[in-house]
Amino acid sequence: MAEAHRRSGIRGDEAAAGWLFVAPAVLILGLFLVLPIGMALWVSVSGWNGQGSPFAPGVPYVGAQNYASLFVEDGLTRENFMISIRNNLYYVAVAVPAQTLLALALALVVNQRFLKGTSFFRTAFYFPSVTSSVAISVVFLFLFANSGAVNALLAAFGISGPAWFADPRGLLHLLLGGLGLVDVANPPAALTGGGPFGLSWWEWLAGPSVAMSTIIMLVVWTTSGTFMLIFLAALQDVPVQVEEASLIDGANAWQRLRHVTLPMLKPALFLVVTLGLIGTWQVFDQIYVMSQGKPANTTLTPAYLSYRTAFSDFEYGVGAAISFVLFLIIVVMTLLQRWIMRDRDEPRPRRRWWPRRGSTS
Amino acid sequence: MTPPGRARGFRALLGTFLGYAVLVFFALVFLYPFVIQTANSFKTEADAAAHPLSPVPDPFTTAAFTKIFDSTAFPLWIGNSILVTLLITVGRVFLDSLAGYALARLSFRGRGAITAMIVAVMAVPGVVLLIPKFLVLNQLGIYNTYTALVLPLLVDAAGVFIMRQFFLSVPPSLEEAARMDGAGVFRTYWSIILPMARPALITLTILSFQASWNEFPHTVVAVQSPELFTLPRGIANLVSGSLGAGTQYPLKLGAALLATIPVAIIFVIFQRYFVRGAAEGASKE
Repeated sequence: MAEAHRRSGIRGDEAAAGWLFVAPAVLILGLFLVLPIGMALWVSVSGWNGQGSPFAPGVPYVGAQNYASLFVEDGLTRENFMISIRNNLYYVAVAVPAQTLLALALALVVNQRFLKGTSFFRTAFYFPSVTSSVAISVVFLFLFANSGAVNALLAAFGISGPAWFADPRGLLHLLLGGLGLVDVANPPAALTGGGPFGLSWWEWLAGPSVAMSTIIMLVVWTTSGTFMLIFLAALQDVPVQVEEASLIDGANAWQRLRHVTLPMLKPALFLVVTLGLIGTWQVFDQIYVMSQGKPANTTLTPAYLSYRTAFSDFEYGVGAAISFVLFLIIVVMTLLQRWIMRDRDEPRPRRRWWPRRGSTS
Repeated sequence: MTPPGRARGFRALLGTFLGYAVLVFFALVFLYPFVIQTANSFKTEADAAAHPLSPVPDPFTTAAFTKIFDSTAFPLWIGNSILVTLLITVGRVFLDSLAGYALARLSFRGRGAITAMIVAVMAVPGVVLLIPKFLVLNQLGIYNTYTALVLPLLVDAAGVFIMRQFFLSVPPSLEEAARMDGAGVFRTYWSIILPMARPALITLTILSFQASWNEFPHTVVAVQSPELFTLPRGIANLVSGSLGAGTQYPLKLGAALLATIPVAIIFVIFQRYFVRGAAEGASKE
C-alpha cells in the first residue's frame, strides 16, 4: 500500500517535471517555428507591404491572388518565378546525381582495406562540409574569378576559361549549338513561339547557365563529404563474410560492386538522394553571396526569389506564397522519394519480420 | 579462373597505385582551395591577380589583415559572433538535453504529441521559414536586436531528438536508484544523468558551435543594422555590398579565412564527434 502510494507521488512529480523540462523547447520551437508558419500563411493571402503589422485592420485579404500571380497571370512575377523554378530544376538534376556519385565513389575508395592512411583522406573530404557556407562562397568567387585559379589552370592547358559569373549562356543551349542542331543566336521559331507558364520552350530548355554551374560545383564539393560518411557507415555494415564468399566464387571487382555491395547500399543511397533533393531546393546562402540571381536571372532560385520579393520589393504576400510553393515542392520530393524507397526496400525486411512478430504475440 | 601468382601481385599493386592516385587527386580537389585561400590572403592584390594558383605569396604581406582590422567592422563582427555563438551553444546544450531527457524518460501527458511535433519541426526546411521568422520577430517587436539573433536559435529540434535518442539508449537503473534514494527529478538529472551523457553532450556542443558560428540565413531576416552583424553576415556584405565592388581578393579571402579557423581547429580536435553527429543527423531521417 505504502509502496503504491509513494509510486503515484513520484509519477505526479514526474509529470510536472516532464512539462517543466520540455517547456522551454516547446515554447521556443512553437513561437519561432510553428506560429510563424501560421502567420506566413495569412500573409501569403494578404496584400501586406511591410508597413506596420500584417494583422492590422487595414491589411487587405486578397485570397489566392498572390498564388495566381505566380502561376496563371502573365507578368514579371510569374516570369521570374518560372525562371527560378527552371534554374532550380536544372540545378537539382545536375547536383543531386553528381554529389551522390562522387560521395559513393569516395566512400568506396576510402573503404578499401588494402589502402593505408584512409582516415586522413576521409577527414580531408569531409572538411569542406563543416566550414561556413559564406566563407566557402568567397573562396569560390576567387577560384572562378576572371583572373582566378580555375582560369589560370585552364590556361595552362591552353583553354581560355569563360567569365564564369557574368556568363548567362545555358549549357544545354551551348551543347545544342555545339552539335549544330540549332543556331543559338537565332533559335527556331517553334521553340520561341510559346511554352508552359509564360516561358518559351527555348527558355525552358536552356539548361543551367555557366554562372549556375559554378554554384553547382561549389555545392557538390561541400556536400559530398557528408554523404560519403553516410555511405561509409553503410559500407561498414556489409558483413566481411559476404565479400569473402563472393571472392571465393571468383567474382571480379566490378561484379562484387554491382551484385554484392551496391544492393546493400540501397537504403543509404535513397537516404542520400532524399537529403540531396531536400537540400538542393533550399540553396540560398551561395546565391546571396556569389550572384544575387545574376547574370540575367540565371542563378535565381525560388528560395532567393522569395527573400528578394519580400525584403527588396516589399511584396511580402508574394514572397510568402513562393515560400509555401517551395515548401510544397520539398514535401512532394520527400514523399515521392519515401514512396519509391518503400516500394523497393521495405517488402524484404517485412517478409522477414512480420511472421516472427506474429508468432510471438 | 584465378590468375597466376605474379599477375595477381601485379594487379594488386596496380589497384593500390590507382587507389592512392584517386585519393591524392581528390585530397587536392578538396583541400587545395583552402591552400589557395590562405596563400592569396598573404599576397598583394597584383600578385593575387597574376598568380592565383601559386601557394607562395611573392612578396609576402600582411597588408590584407591590417586592412581587415583597421578599415572594416571585422572586430565588431567577431565580438558579435562570439557572443551569439556562446549563448546559443549554452542554451542548446542545456535546453535540448533537458527536453530530450524528459521525452525519453519522464512520463507525462502529451509526451507523444510533443515528440511528434519535434520530429515534424525537424522536417520543415529552414529556407521556407525565412519570411515567417521575420514576421514573428517583427510582430514581437524584437526585430533587429540581439534577442532576435539568439532567442529563436536557443533550441533546435534536431538536438532535442539526438538527446532523446541518447537517453533512450541508456539503461534506466542508475537514475531509478537515485530516485529511490529520494533525489528529486531535477537533481537526478543534474548530478546523475548529465555526467553520464558526456559523449552526447560533447557531440551536441560541437554541432551547436559549428551551426551557430556559421549561421547565415537567420541573421539575414533577424537583423539589419551593421552593429548587429555576425561574421558570416559581415563577410557576405563585404563581398556582395559596395565594399566588394573592387576585387580586393586578399582582403576578402583573409576575412573568410579568419572566420573558418575556429571551426577548423574544433574540427581537427573533435573529428570523431563531427562524424558521429553526421551519422546521427542522418539516422533521424
